[in-house]
Amino acid sequence: MKRPSTWLIAAVALLAALVYPFVFSSTEATTIGFFALLYVGLAASWNINGYTGYISLGHSAFFGIGAYTIALFATRLGLQGGYGLFAVALLGGLVAGVAALPLGFIALRVRTMHSFVIITIAYVMMLQLLAYNLESITNGPNGLGVPQPAWSGAFFNIPFYFAALVLAVGTVLLSAWIRGSRFGLGLMAIRDDEDKAAGVGVDTWKYKLTAYVISAIPIGIGGAVYAYFASYIYPQTVFDPTIDLGIVLSVFLGGTGTILGPIVGALIIQPAQQLLTLYTGNLGTAGWDLLLLGALFLVVILLMPSGIVPSLVERARRTSVREAVTKADETTPGAQTAVGGNGTS
Amino acid sequence: MSLVLGSVVLGILSGGIYALMAVGLTLSFGVLEVVNIAQGMFVIAAAYLSYALQRYWHIDPLLGLVITIPVMFLLGLVVEWSFIRRLKQDRVMLSILVSWAVALILEGVVGLIFADDFRSIHSWYVTATVPVFGLYVPDIYLIGFALAVVLMGLVYLLVYRSRFGAALRAMVQNREAAALLGIDVQRISTLTFAIATGLTAAGGMLFGAIQAFNADSNLDLISRLLIIVILGGMGSMGGALVASVGLLVAVNIIAVTWTPNWSTFFFFGITILVLVFRPQGFFGAPAARKV
Repeated sequence: MKRPSTWLIAAVALLAALVYPFVFSSTEATTIGFFALLYVGLAASWNINGYTGYISLGHSAFFGIGAYTIALFATRLGLQGGYGLFAVALLGGLVAGVAALPLGFIALRVRTMHSFVIITIAYVMMLQLLAYNLESITNGPNGLGVPQPAWSGAFFNIPFYFAALVLAVGTVLLSAWIRGSRFGLGLMAIRDDEDKAAGVGVDTWKYKLTAYVISAIPIGIGGAVYAYFASYIYPQTVFDPTIDLGIVLSVFLGGTGTILGPIVGALIIQPAQQLLTLYTGNLGTAGWDLLLLGALFLVVILLMPSGIVPSLVERARRTSVREAVTKADETTPGAQTAVGGNGTS
Repeated sequence: MSLVLGSVVLGILSGGIYALMAVGLTLSFGVLEVVNIAQGMFVIAAAYLSYALQRYWHIDPLLGLVITIPVMFLLGLVVEWSFIRRLKQDRVMLSILVSWAVALILEGVVGLIFADDFRSIHSWYVTATVPVFGLYVPDIYLIGFALAVVLMGLVYLLVYRSRFGAALRAMVQNREAAALLGIDVQRISTLTFAIATGLTAAGGMLFGAIQAFNADSNLDLISRLLIIVILGGMGSMGGALVASVGLLVAVNIIAVTWTPNWSTFFFFGITILVLVFRPQGFFGAPAARKV
């Protein structure tokens, strides 16, 4: 994010996000906007841990922790719905971050990628079971409600939309800052070669755990905001592997390890998914959405394993190189052989 | 006390059945370096296949294996050929995502055909029971255990007593070296994946007989299978069997002596606790494969 054009694009995108709910003010449109921005936040946050190359399929554990935090806190203290509850959502992030410490400690002890992935999947299952079984606290399978604000009609979605926007922008900035920092450099060194990273003095264990904990916090906040928006949560709706699917698919579609990738991915996947369920839901055939989502996922991974953003960047780079070469050809006739002669030298 | 003994027996029997479902997973990992998230959905698809054969053509589920095993084997061939083979780099990570996508598609297809109501496979040997230390164990557990032992025995013979198996084990040790020695790495990979998928036909039939299922069950199932496989040590067949039996005995004892509600929680909890002290699982080599 150094060139002025990047800042310009960011400013335009932000402006578009700010006016969107006023241009498209129907409840459907703002709901889609809310979910798109929520997932930008979730995906960007997940990607902070993703910088290390350790793929977590269990970050919905933190989503659920955040959701249950706000629900429990608000109902136990008898809080009223309103703008104040967004502050409680921050608490959801804090609790998720604290929970991430022991969970990350255990998951990162197994140094192999596959074991890490499997343990993170197990976390979601375990927390879901905890939410089912600790009935005295979580109300078990009957779920918990979150006090609702008095906002009505089409306006209802607007505060949630902006809460999601703040979360999205904040998380993207955090993720960008980390990527550019010494810490982020260490994380990416771990991704490329963990042993070498340790060899050159990166405290890999501390770095990985820190990234894991940091990435849990915005997701916890996101879970809390979602719970407030949804007004009622159940163990299976917040500790839900399909949330992980949405996050991971967004990041991979956009491009892992990039700042822009999760944004682009989430802005494509979420509206598509929302529209899909909106339409296929009416047909009464719930299988189609899974089928299409799976097919999309396959196409992305097989055709663009590095994601949209890196693929486009690579393509742009090639075009600019080609242009430079053509330009060179025009000015100096001998350049063709010099550039094309790589193979023979 | 006799209840505990009964639950131990039940745990061993169902442990064998789970091991049968998990063995393909560990085999694919060892040979192809692939973590197959679709394995759970393969099991469920196979269960639907047995269910449909019995429901619409009145073919006994056990007899139906003659049809379902080749069908699942073919499915494995197709999936390996169309997707798994295309993964050149970062196989572990990309295979997780690709097989997850395959699972989603299969789940969607099954959902379209059967909707999401729970089904179960019925037969006289599912309802008949034998008393074991005060527990009434359905015959299907005994049949299932026997079937699991036979099939895993066959896999053992294939892997450790055949030319194919020798090539397969060479690949587990070192893929590149095996290829240099003239082993047709691609062919062995495809066949291994297809065999692993073919085995889910039996696993699915048994799974559908011991509990009600729908397409959604695959997530819970795959988590359990993956947990069994990492507890045993990724790539180790014996490990998968030991882990499977050990875990199921433990959770059955918890279910009988305390409460069934918490048994699944401990299924995951015990494994994670073990991994804290032994990150490579029971039989895995320490940090065997750097990924």
